[in-house]
Amino acid sequence: MDMPVTHSWMRICELSEIPRLGSRVLEREAGNVAIFRTSQDKVFALLDRCPHKGGALSQGIVHGDSVTCPLHAWNIDLASGNAKAPDEGCSRHFPVHIDELGAVHLCLT
Amino acid sequence: MSKPRLVVVGNGMAGIRTLEELLAIAPGHYDITVFGAEPHPNYNRILLSPVLAGEQAFNDIVLNPLDWYKENGVHLHLGKTVERIDRVRRKVVTSDGTEADYDRLLIATGSIPLVLPVPGNTLKGVLTYRDIHDTQSMIDAANVKRNAVVIGGGLLGLEAANGLKLRGMEVTVVHLADTLLERQLDATAGKLLQRSLEARGLSFLLGKATSEILGDEAGEVCGIRFMDGDSLPTDLVVMAAGIRPNTALAEAAELYCNRGIVVSDALQTYDPRIYAVGECVSHRGVTYGLVAPLFEQAKVCANHLALMGIGSYKGSVLSTKLKVTGIDLFSAGDFTGSEDTEEIVLSDPARGVYKKLVIRDDKLVGACLYGDTADGAWYFKLLREGRKLGELRDHIMFGESSVGDSGVQGQSRAAAMADSDEVCGCNGVSKRAIVKAITEKGLFTLDDVKKHTKASSSCGSCTGLVEQILMSTVGSSFQESPKKKAVCTCTDCNHDEVRKAIRENHLLAHREVYDFLEWRTPNGCATCRPAINYYLLSTWPREAVDDPQSRFVNERVHANIQKDNTFSVIPQMKGGVTNASELRRIADVADKYQIPMVKVTGGQRIDLLGVKKEDLPHIWEDLGMKSGHAYGKSIRTVKTCVGSEFCRFGTQNSTQMGIDLETMLANMWSPHKVKLAVSGCPRNCAEAGIKDVGVIAVDSGWELYVGGNGGIKTEVAQFLAKVKTSDEVKEYSGAFLQLYREEAYYLDRTVHYMARVGLDYIKRKVVEDAANRKALYERLLYSLEGLPDPWASRIGGTQKHEYIPLKVIG
Repeated sequence: MDMPVTHSWMRICELSEIPRLGSRVLEREAGNVAIFRTSQDKVFALLDRCPHKGGALSQGIVHGDSVTCPLHAWNIDLASGNAKAPDEGCSRHFPVHIDELGAVHLCLT
Repeated sequence: MSKPRLVVVGNGMAGIRTLEELLAIAPGHYDITVFGAEPHPNYNRILLSPVLAGEQAFNDIVLNPLDWYKENGVHLHLGKTVERIDRVRRKVVTSDGTEADYDRLLIATGSIPLVLPVPGNTLKGVLTYRDIHDTQSMIDAANVKRNAVVIGGGLLGLEAANGLKLRGMEVTVVHLADTLLERQLDATAGKLLQRSLEARGLSFLLGKATSEILGDEAGEVCGIRFMDGDSLPTDLVVMAAGIRPNTALAEAAELYCNRGIVVSDALQTYDPRIYAVGECVSHRGVTYGLVAPLFEQAKVCANHLALMGIGSYKGSVLSTKLKVTGIDLFSAGDFTGSEDTEEIVLSDPARGVYKKLVIRDDKLVGACLYGDTADGAWYFKLLREGRKLGELRDHIMFGESSVGDSGVQGQSRAAAMADSDEVCGCNGVSKRAIVKAITEKGLFTLDDVKKHTKASSSCGSCTGLVEQILMSTVGSSFQESPKKKAVCTCTDCNHDEVRKAIRENHLLAHREVYDFLEWRTPNGCATCRPAINYYLLSTWPREAVDDPQSRFVNERVHANIQKDNTFSVIPQMKGGVTNASELRRIADVADKYQIPMVKVTGGQRIDLLGVKKEDLPHIWEDLGMKSGHAYGKSIRTVKTCVGSEFCRFGTQNSTQMGIDLETMLANMWSPHKVKLAVSGCPRNCAEAGIKDVGVIAVDSGWELYVGGNGGIKTEVAQFLAKVKTSDEVKEYSGAFLQLYREEAYYLDRTVHYMARVGLDYIKRKVVEDAANRKALYERLLYSLEGLPDPWASRIGGTQKHEYIPLKVIG
């Protein structure tokens, strides 16, 4: 029996192209996506828009599993996109997969 | 493996605050059980008076609703009194036989009200004032009875009397001393207070000692008799003559007690498994009855329970505020004074204002304010800082606003503000929003208010005002911001300690700092990382390697991020001097890249606004100009006037001097931005008086001023020295800036640094000690030598990934 297609993955870059504790931006019509890499080489993808005032999260400082928005210093959890308390809000997050060759794949659907 | 068990005896403010602190730093470390004798979750005991006065309901003052215990996995036993501690088997037993084993025990049993040992003290209608049950009994009594006597003219007694009066009773306050609140106010202020309470309809019998409470045949109170033979009919007697630490449980367990449970600076009792906090403890021979010290204790105790073992409680300085609406009084420290103190007094009986400040060795040691307490928080701050008053002494009585120490928003006093008035201009936070957050979320510290409301979290100029609001909202539970300020929540170290560790241990990388100082987070946060990066680079120039990921975006991409995520580009224009060719290239760039706005800056340069990030390297290349560093904690610009080359008043070539300084300081990183100006004559057209370093030419040479600031709060630069040659201008300015670079805390401007170390210190290091000046100057030149222009290196491909967006592959 065929499983329904729920994930459509696309390759966007090599892990090494994203700086540790940094990010890259994937441009797209429906809003840019920020791709983050932590010190542990975990990779996360969020809509590049802070829930507060639309700051580009990709430009923030990455620490632990969070990023601090450059505009007004909201802290956003990279895995869920949720703002850390006491701030409230959420930035959409997208599934990311790193294959055995070190290529980063992103699912936008 | 099962977790260690922590049992807390006492479900009040001190015990639960300790748990909150503990859960914040070591969540999940313990299996926690709490016993509370009262059938309620933790509530704000300080706000019993507003409940009594009918201004708030019980639900308004609950601090931790039952859900809080559930969410944090705390086993809560309400309405169970712990009767016994078995220290050998390490368990507690309640009166109904419930048992709980512990690995660590926290005693927070608080205090119990004093009941006068006089005949009749157990009659019906004799109440104490301690918990919500007492408060409800008083409210019930006020509904059916008419006359009340409150024994005790202290804080609690007066609040009780005021509440009963508002509930419609005729109230007489009986007090042993000759003036009210004698432990918080001097006699003059006490009399003023008495007068205004009398105007509200309260009666007072002062200097009276109670000998007996009289009862009728039904066993109900009907009167009170005094030592001098007088008596007074009454239906209700409230004893508010003081509290004493509740040590019965601890004493029965043979823990060492002396008035309170004796604890160390770690809040540990003589049994190392048992800690105690709050009103039940005796620390360095002192017991506390106000909430601020309890919270300080809670923080330290939690630190030790979390096995961090680095907190130390050294005792608290207290301040007092009466929570009777409409009566303003404040006192702190040693307000009565003694032989070696001096007093400054302001008395205006017609306005009902009285202020007394007590000074010892040029330091403020006590304050007693009545009628106008707007500056209470400020005096309390001065008192705790213990700083020398110096020139402040002439103005101190007239408050913070008179010394210009309160910032742009400080002129409007918290108490006088309307609810809708804006407090924080940066984040648009009204007084109402702040008060709401404080009361609804149970906030006690400036930091909490900052986090929840954002007030004072940006430019900080309203900090004093927010502290005032906090103080007037929570009264004596107000928690003064700690004097030793940690860099951020990743560590307990302050900036000094981080700098010192980096210098003394030759730390060269972020990882080494986190490991050496035992950072709590794996790689810091957006607050500490840029600071550490700066400390590493400034302490070990040419050795430590810059970490771009620890820089704010502006310093990483060398342009200034704007609200719409575009950037601004400001090319270097030394001394504000440009030429036709540069202007032509700027114009061409503006056309080619469709720059939405071209603007002349305050620093005599040209700003191209609305630039897309990926265009940055191309624009820099087309401009063919160097970075103006208008985005960094760095040298910004040297503003100049026309000077002697053209101006008919100019005495020196100020323009060239400015260009020389800007050339010398190119690419300099610093704790915060650094601005200079050079004026060609004392008319000072370049506004050198509000710059970090201001140079003013006079006929015989140059005058140097330092520590000026035109920002959040305007500060006039202070005179440093007068020199003859332009080489000396460079050497003195360079040495001053290097001292600032080596010693200031990250994000301190020169004015803040100088406020900390003092102008005399700077003069000693830079002016009087020629060898030191030369050494500083050389260290500056050494650390700047060979630094590349960041725009040029990025045109050449450095950090290329920053400017190129990803594309979907295949």
